[in-house]
Amino acid sequence: MRHVISLLIENEAGALSRVSGLFSARAYNIESLTVAPTEDPSMSRITIVSVGSDDIIEQITKQLNKLIEVIKVVDISEAAHIERELMLVKVRATGKDREEMKRMSDIFRGRIIDVTETTYVIELTGNTAKLDSFIEAIDRSLILETVRTGVCGIGRGDRVLRV
Amino acid sequence: MVLTGAEIVIRCLQEEKVEYVFGYPGGSVLFIYDELFKQDKVRHVLVRHEQGAVHAADGYARSTEKVGVALVTSGPGVTNAVTGIATAYMDSIPMVIISGQVPTAYIGQDAFQEVDTVGITRPCVKHNFLVKDIRELASTIKKAFYLAKSGRPGPVLVDIPKDISAMKGEYAYPKTISMRSYNPVIKGHQGQIKKAVQLLLEAKRPMIYTGGGVILSDAADKLAKLVRQLGFPVTNTLMGLGGYPATDKQFVGMLGMHGTYEANMAMQHCDVLLAVGARFDDRVIGNPEHFAEVPRKIIHIDIDPSSISKRVKVDVPIVGDLPEVLEDISKLLSAAGDRPDEKAVKAWWKQIDEWRGKDCLKYDRKSKIIKPQYVVEKLYEVTKGEAFVCSDVGQHQMWAAQYYKFDKPRRWMNSGGLGTMGFGLPAAMGVQLAHPGSPVACVTGEGSVQMCIQELSTCKQYRLPVKVILLNNGYLGMVRQWQQLFHGNRYAESYVDALPDFVKLAEAYGHVGMRVEKPGDVEGALKEAFKRKDDLVFLDFAIDPTENVYPMVQGGKGLTEMILSEEL
Repeated sequence: MRHVISLLIENEAGALSRVSGLFSARAYNIESLTVAPTEDPSMSRITIVSVGSDDIIEQITKQLNKLIEVIKVVDISEAAHIERELMLVKVRATGKDREEMKRMSDIFRGRIIDVTETTYVIELTGNTAKLDSFIEAIDRSLILETVRTGVCGIGRGDRVLRV
Repeated sequence: MVLTGAEIVIRCLQEEKVEYVFGYPGGSVLFIYDELFKQDKVRHVLVRHEQGAVHAADGYARSTEKVGVALVTSGPGVTNAVTGIATAYMDSIPMVIISGQVPTAYIGQDAFQEVDTVGITRPCVKHNFLVKDIRELASTIKKAFYLAKSGRPGPVLVDIPKDISAMKGEYAYPKTISMRSYNPVIKGHQGQIKKAVQLLLEAKRPMIYTGGGVILSDAADKLAKLVRQLGFPVTNTLMGLGGYPATDKQFVGMLGMHGTYEANMAMQHCDVLLAVGARFDDRVIGNPEHFAEVPRKIIHIDIDPSSISKRVKVDVPIVGDLPEVLEDISKLLSAAGDRPDEKAVKAWWKQIDEWRGKDCLKYDRKSKIIKPQYVVEKLYEVTKGEAFVCSDVGQHQMWAAQYYKFDKPRRWMNSGGLGTMGFGLPAAMGVQLAHPGSPVACVTGEGSVQMCIQELSTCKQYRLPVKVILLNNGYLGMVRQWQQLFHGNRYAESYVDALPDFVKLAEAYGHVGMRVEKPGDVEGALKEAFKRKDDLVFLDFAIDPTENVYPMVQGGKGLTEMILSEEL
């Protein structure tokens, strides 16, 4: 099963390597990992997408909690939540492809944020499946480069992860 | 007060009432050594290899309730220490390791004796720190001691760059530490405790299984009280020996790969299992699927939530400090006034006594060659069970665990988790320093003892009268045993040719050496050795080279699939 684990961690040098090191040392799976400071700069929030049985996910959350710098851990995928990922795609945009690419970007509610005579950079936000389908929908041979942030997520309604 | 970093380090150690620092000097820790030199409250023990320093600090910590402290230099000082740190980590031993680092400005430049200490030790410490700001030095050391000792204990490393130890800064030792990200649970959940009591009262075939947590949390008294209150059988893991008196009739022996027949049978066939400060590891329960074939309810008390339901699914998890939780269970039992199902428990004891009747630790007592079991039995008799026993890793370790009856906690020091050969001798130094005047034995093998043999020199320098009990069979015995049983008698590289003359070796280091070749001489030699209270005596026992450790559960097999001695 796919799980989205969110955690708050002290914003200190080396803290991220403790988290990633834990996953490799115990042979846990990481599909994606995102990290950035929170509104309180002393803390970072990490979102990890992992795949594993319930037992393994339980161990992952316990082992994460055991790390001294980890303040709180929640498996946000246990209940209603929202996931978003940001993708930037640089595509070749010449001739008839230029119009087609603009159209596809609009359909997926993307935005073109860089334009040259021959290329576009399209910004796209959504859940993982939506970004995947955009890649599927456009002509693969026109893709010059893609970059994705990995998933970040948040619980719906009153479910709040804070100190 | 303005002090240098090195002065701050020593002040902090004094504040923590550190008696001994085990270490080895080098370039990056010169300022710290300079300050050590100028005072006499914290005493330094100069080892001969950094691995020895960490094992000695480890032995010191295991045999006391204190934090062990080691001091090493950067680069090779740290890499040599890593085996010792990993050993302590696997057995949850409270320890603070202070390491020197190259000056801050050199970090990352492949400087002389530079290694990424924090990176290299990260997977084998409870936590580690690189001090980059002199203002954080004192609070970091305070945190290190606090983390090492509290919750599930473990080694904590503080890496101090050379410029930080030379630099001046304001010093104030914090009295308390509060960390928002670290708050170990002490008090057990009362609802869970009630459920546990209910299960214990309903049990027909109860079993109590306890591990190193009982020793580390000083819970032996509370455990003994509860065990007697319940009247249930109790077994200890290798790490938990001494947690319950081995000579008590409710004790069924150690369990696991080389556990007793009765302990393993009872463990497998019980219907309610109370696990206390133990972690169901592979050497203890064997194959978890085989273990799960018999349905049973499991209550698991541990301070570390990640130890619960890791290898075995648990029905009633209780997170908390063992003395607190055991006391709560005891109280609730007394208050309830209910008694366990006496009739059922009596029948269960009858079954256990039948298993006991197998006498699984029987060995050939008429042998003309010295049997290792006999040496350990005599060691027990000669020391009246009062010795602090350290061991290395292998067959001798198992024989020591099986035949020395530990009645008290903190008397048995061995590397159970990591299985580190070379642990015994340096650990015994730490134990001897912590308990001057008490008998300290290091039960070892000719393979293991040579892995840290250089520490004989340290023993001489500090006059540590450790008794080395070498069970010399000329083989890496446990490897040989596996090769005999599972690899068609192909003894690949397990025969150790060209062993030194250990008597001469001991003498070369300035100690007393004795070679014992006949069973009739064992007791006399041991008595003589322990009579020499001021000397390190190195006893080289020529034991039966083909003796195996039984019972044995092959790796990956079920707990009850035991191979028993040919004597049975």
